[in-house]
Amino acid sequence: MPVFASVVLVLIVVGALALVASGIWWFTPLASNWNEIDGALLITLGVIGIAFVTLNLFLAYLILRYRAREQERAQFIPDNPKIEKILIGITALGIIILLAPGLFAYSRFISPPRDAMIVEVVGEQWRWTYRYAGPDGKLGRAHPKLISPKNPFGVDIADPAAQDDILSYTELHLPVNRPVLLHIRSKDVIHSFFIPHFRAKMDAVPGMVTHYWFVPTRAGKFQAVCAELCGIGHHRMHSPVIVESLEKFQEWLAKQPTVAATVKP
Amino acid sequence: MSHHDHHQSFWTRYIFSQDHKVIAIQYTVTALFIGLVGLVLSWLMRLQLGFPGEFRFLNPGSYYQILTQHGMIMIVYLLTAILLGGFGNYLIPLMIGARDMAFPFLNMLSYWVYLLSVIVLVAAFFVPGGPTGAGWTLYPPLSALPNAAPGSGWGIKLMLVSLVIFIASATMGGLNYVTTVLQCRTKGMTLMRMPLSVWGIFIGAAMALLAFPALFVGGVMLLLDNLLGTSFFIPAVTLFGQQLPREGGNPLLFQHLFWYFGHPEVYVVILPAMGIASELIATHSRKPIFGYKAMVIAMAAIAVIGFLVWAHHMFVSGMNPYFGFFFAVSTLIIAIPSAVKVYNWLLTLWRGKIQFNTPMLFGIGWISTFIIGGLTGLPLGNVIADVPLHDTYFVVGHFHLVMGVAALMAIFGGIYHWFPKVTGRMFNETLGKLHFWVTFVGAYMIFFPMFLLGILGVPRRYFDFEALQYLPTQTAGLNIVITIAALIVGAAQVVFLVNLIWSAVRGRRAESNPWHATTLEWQTPTTPPPHGNWGAETPTVYRWAYDYSVPGAERDFIPQNVPATPTVPAGTARTV
Amino acid sequence: MIANHGSNGYREFITPGRVGLWLFLAVATMIFAALISAYVVRMGSSDWHSLPKPGLLWVNTAILLVSSAALEWARMSERRGNARSARVSFIAGAVLSALFLFGQIWAWFVLHKLGYFLDTNPSSSFFYLVTAVHGLHLLGGLIVAAATVRSSERFQLFVTYWHFLTVVWLVLFTLIVLT
Repeated sequence: MPVFASVVLVLIVVGALALVASGIWWFTPLASNWNEIDGALLITLGVIGIAFVTLNLFLAYLILRYRAREQERAQFIPDNPKIEKILIGITALGIIILLAPGLFAYSRFISPPRDAMIVEVVGEQWRWTYRYAGPDGKLGRAHPKLISPKNPFGVDIADPAAQDDILSYTELHLPVNRPVLLHIRSKDVIHSFFIPHFRAKMDAVPGMVTHYWFVPTRAGKFQAVCAELCGIGHHRMHSPVIVESLEKFQEWLAKQPTVAATVKP
Repeated sequence: MSHHDHHQSFWTRYIFSQDHKVIAIQYTVTALFIGLVGLVLSWLMRLQLGFPGEFRFLNPGSYYQILTQHGMIMIVYLLTAILLGGFGNYLIPLMIGARDMAFPFLNMLSYWVYLLSVIVLVAAFFVPGGPTGAGWTLYPPLSALPNAAPGSGWGIKLMLVSLVIFIASATMGGLNYVTTVLQCRTKGMTLMRMPLSVWGIFIGAAMALLAFPALFVGGVMLLLDNLLGTSFFIPAVTLFGQQLPREGGNPLLFQHLFWYFGHPEVYVVILPAMGIASELIATHSRKPIFGYKAMVIAMAAIAVIGFLVWAHHMFVSGMNPYFGFFFAVSTLIIAIPSAVKVYNWLLTLWRGKIQFNTPMLFGIGWISTFIIGGLTGLPLGNVIADVPLHDTYFVVGHFHLVMGVAALMAIFGGIYHWFPKVTGRMFNETLGKLHFWVTFVGAYMIFFPMFLLGILGVPRRYFDFEALQYLPTQTAGLNIVITIAALIVGAAQVVFLVNLIWSAVRGRRAESNPWHATTLEWQTPTTPPPHGNWGAETPTVYRWAYDYSVPGAERDFIPQNVPATPTVPAGTARTV
Repeated sequence: MIANHGSNGYREFITPGRVGLWLFLAVATMIFAALISAYVVRMGSSDWHSLPKPGLLWVNTAILLVSSAALEWARMSERRGNARSARVSFIAGAVLSALFLFGQIWAWFVLHKLGYFLDTNPSSSFFYLVTAVHGLHLLGGLIVAAATVRSSERFQLFVTYWHFLTVVWLVLFTLIVLT
């Protein structure tokens, strides 16, 4: 039994590493500036991976080496402050190694650049819709009490800044290599706007506007999904995200309806 | 409190009993029963994920209802109830040398109120609309608005009422456990001589007392929002194109209340499990627990810091992003006392004499699953790494391993360990080992792949993954493997139950101290202990709980109630 | 029961009942703290309208204070061995407490008549909620007291509990008046 037990433990470690090494399920190819997020996550996974392997192999060794044998008696070792201090020191060091780069990356994640292009994301059961600021670069005011079938974003049409806002009911298009700041809202329940290739995610909460920013670094077609349980259509709440050259983006944007043209009081 | 209970009727002896041991068994049996329901629900979910579309009765609505009930049942009605109500009730008085709990009547009431909460919970399966499908976290507005989620009529109301009843029960129980530990210890049983099981249950119960009120308040407010149209948590919303007459409410307020309860709740479960695991590991490796004092301090530290980490569940909830710094740091600090505990369990095995019986196997399983489950909490606590991982399968793998599998390892190990004392009979070792190996290996097969799915970015709580365009084709195969492993692990739990029932009736008669353990519950005059536990006098304690393999001692254990070796007069040789 | 807590070094004053009560006060404190923090957070929202405060609430507060004082008098009389004074002031305290509860329910009717229902505004929602939770704690205390007050120790604990609820009400009342 002890031999079997330690072999199983070793096999679990080997199997786990093999599954990771197979590379079948791993990060999606990064398509944004957030290699810092990947970096912090990889450092963290590295530290915990080392701890996982070391501790389990040590456990396997202990149960093999110290299995009960007739003549031997266990040693009475109630304590060893020196060993404990060393281990606490190593643990604290490991935590600092993974936390420090994480906090740096986080401070950048929550400080969007001033020149970022603002795009509004509005979630509802069960789709994502988008609003662009238009030529004036400003999103018009919106209020949930103004939402109606003819005004699905609840835009305040009295606001001059709202007139040129551009609406997209299906796709999010973004120009490559330009910082984007998302303003995220929800009409009904809580959703979460997650684009795996960009690594970023934030809840869409009714009654408030949440934010995150990123720079798409690669043209292509990606997918935004919902990452907060929002009812029976949760698993089908997704939307294409298309990153393209600035020209193509502007071409596409020009074809989308504006608030002035579509929203009636 | 008399231990002469010859005149009690069947009813007062076995049904409305005030004996902590009977109440413990009632709690355990009820919790295992509802846990079995939770297990079947997990099978249903896995059937859908492994073989999407094959089972007609599973649709998104029923799937999310099953998911919600599974989560709530397992965390609250199984784990919390069995660890505090089951183990707490059985072990506290016996381990500290008391005749019963401080408030036996309240104790009995606690069980019956718990049973009522379970009945109300289960009743949700039979009401129009079925149970709520808003997720066990019950986030409003989804949980509060009509038709936003399945079971938004009767289902959510029964869930909240059941939780309020459960909280009443847990409070009655908690007052008892904490007071009993503080007041009813026998002569010589100082706090620092208590077994770690008692410490774990004691601290866990104290945390429960301080954490459940937040859920109580959140739950009552949510019920009013759902039932009577208040707007505590509901802002202005448009549901299916209709404006609702609500405004101004704050959904994040509920999340704060919920997680102010929810995170300490993790430790309400884990601390008793840590205590039980310590008992298993020390007893069956015939060695004192390594660093007893550090273990107690670590538990106390976890409890205190545990109240300061709740918003790490809310890093991407839209709360003030600057909170992220504080909660990331506090969360990762808590990893240090947790790590100390792991090291100390490993060092307890070091130079021990490890017995490979079923309780010890579960002790080893506890260490291994707590390691992987605990470690995978670090990326989730490291705020920026949580951004991609939040609400993905990584989280599912993490909390199932640390709070589900690891806690169950301690619970199963504990049940096997104390089975001879509770029933007076031995369980079947072969079936016990079968139960362990299938559960342990199966748990890794189920939950380890989920970390990789999470890293890939697969969101949790998905009825199917058809819409996701970035999944490798092998994912369907992986989900089948996970499902088959889940079915097999579930079947192994049937083996466990059969073993328990069969052995309780037909098992070999047990000695009163089959594991040669030091703690007081093994030193009772009769096995199983009678109402009142001890004979004419309660035991007197002379030593700590872990005198295993003391050099020079005759046997490799010295029970806590054995007097200290008489002081040898100066000048004579020590002959111990 | 006696055999349970022999010589563990505590003074006789610290009985299991007393420890249990103080633990319960900690639980109740957490409940009211959670309520008050929710109140304060929700108050910051723009839809919050101040609630009319019926003058009756001042009367109720005074009644509760007097009831607490009467019970304290009963406790002191009991300690001095003056059973008659203890009984009279206890009954006075209990009657005043019941009067307070009655007054609180009356205050609900007053607000109701003014058009403030549970779902009118978060301020009225919170008013009904906190007064109900506080009132239920009082009611529960009265019921338990009726069943167990014959024991001298329980009586002492009951009075402590009452003072606690009086203090909680003063905090809640201040919050209500200020907002």
